[in-house]
Amino acid sequence: MITFDAVTKAFPGGNVAVDNLSLELPTGQITVFVGPSGCGKTTSLRMINRTIEPSSGTISIDGEDVTAQDAALLRRRIGYVIQHAGLFPHRTVADNIATVPLLNGVNRKQAREEAVALLGRVGLDESLAGRYPAQLSGGQQQRVGVARALAADPPVMLMDEPFSAVDPIVREGLQREFLRLQAELGKTIAFVTHDIDEAVKLGDRVAVFREGGHLAQVGTPQELLDDPADDFVADFVGRDRGFRALSFITAERLEVEPVASYVDRGHGARLVLDDDGRPTGWSVDGTEGLRALPGTFTAEDALRLVTDLAITSPAGAAVRVDAGGVADGVVAHEAIARHLTALRHEAPR
Amino acid sequence: MIDYIRGNHARILEDLGQHVWLSLVPVVLGAVLALPVGYLAVRYRWLYAPVVNTGGVLYSVPSLALFVVIPAIIPVGVLSPLNIVVALSVYTFALLTRTVADALISVQGEATWAATAMGFRPVRRLLSVELPMSLPVMMAGLRVATVSNISLVSVGAIIGVGGLGDLFTRGLQLSFLEPIFVGIILSVLLAALCDIAIVLLQRRLTPWSRAGAR
Repeated sequence: MITFDAVTKAFPGGNVAVDNLSLELPTGQITVFVGPSGCGKTTSLRMINRTIEPSSGTISIDGEDVTAQDAALLRRRIGYVIQHAGLFPHRTVADNIATVPLLNGVNRKQAREEAVALLGRVGLDESLAGRYPAQLSGGQQQRVGVARALAADPPVMLMDEPFSAVDPIVREGLQREFLRLQAELGKTIAFVTHDIDEAVKLGDRVAVFREGGHLAQVGTPQELLDDPADDFVADFVGRDRGFRALSFITAERLEVEPVASYVDRGHGARLVLDDDGRPTGWSVDGTEGLRALPGTFTAEDALRLVTDLAITSPAGAAVRVDAGGVADGVVAHEAIARHLTALRHEAPR
Repeated sequence: MIDYIRGNHARILEDLGQHVWLSLVPVVLGAVLALPVGYLAVRYRWLYAPVVNTGGVLYSVPSLALFVVIPAIIPVGVLSPLNIVVALSVYTFALLTRTVADALISVQGEATWAATAMGFRPVRRLLSVELPMSLPVMMAGLRVATVSNISLVSVGAIIGVGGLGDLFTRGLQLSFLEPIFVGIILSVLLAALCDIAIVLLQRRLTPWSRAGAR
């Protein structure tokens, strides 16, 4: 666990970047620091590995005050990933990844072998080991940056806007794999971003900072979306927070109509299945051919996806499938709306 | 000209040999001195302006004046080859301190920041991150210093130790063009050879600097 206890950072000239911050980052979880620029989120992150020293207050990792430790040795036990990766241009990919083990005195051959093995872990081909960073794409460089941070197997990782500089499609892939990796590794992670969508997607807990280095609210993404502490947080999480909150409710209890009997009232659309019972499309009365399905959902998927599927469906309904892809139910707009109403009555505030 | 070379090849070779060490020893001495001073000018930023300005002033002192001033400051004879070596070392030093400082400043960025954040101590960061990254710029400065030294050595002929420059004074005294041509050709060839050698060395040392272009 990383603990901030009444931490303040004032820069020479009187600019207070972080003001009396007290915050706990639970072990094995991702805590996202999010907020507008100049809110002190990056300064807070950097005080953990002492690349910035606090003016007052203490930061401890598992009860040990970081300022009582040798800065260089402390940093080698904390993985660090930055925007644009910050790879060493003069070192090969393998040597970049092996950086911290080499600093720790691991012999070169062993460090390189482990580095090559890590490439696979972050979704890169081992053939890239001998390349230089300039020969990689931005997304590949960022993966190498993550591998480099993981190389010495540190219990704590600091990530400073690691995915901000890549295009949205690459970013999505990186985020997905980051979550998969974290599910395997269970690191204690502090993650800085200015993007509330990224914060909600990746954070087990999200700390929202406001200008002047104040912590506005900390909680799970759902708590933040359901119950913002004040106007600033409500504004920051955005106008569509209600819709986004559906990301955290699964379709488990959503009632479905049987596939065979479902007929769309408006267009008279029916779901067409193949011989194995998998949905192939909608057939609409009076027209030739099939209308494509926008997709399907399972009971584990979020209501956000179900709602989206229903809105984009030519029949105004989303199709549920089982693990084998066999259609086992259909749910229309109206049923989703009824379900949301029921949920609200269930949890009055 | 062929006849002149046949008749004087021993003398020419001796001049060439002298030219080589008179020009290259100062390159090494100047570079060795410029590295720590350039580093200090970056490490302590307030030193940067005085160091770079001093370098600029030193470089603008005419070489003849330097040949006279140096023996007044340190115990070398005016006509000693050491006088030339010291003078040219001063020029190289003046040229390279700025190159070293600017090269080290130019590499400050995400990679050096990442190095600090991953637990490099300052000396190791300098030796294994900042210096290697700044090599391409430093080598460019070294090329300029080397070529300029090779051409400057000839001035030493005025005080009788000028390597190939002695061929020029001889040619002038005897109103005889051959030695002057031989001197110019050898001097240019030597500069070109040294330049190529440094470029090859740099390719060897910094294979990564051309990696992005492939």
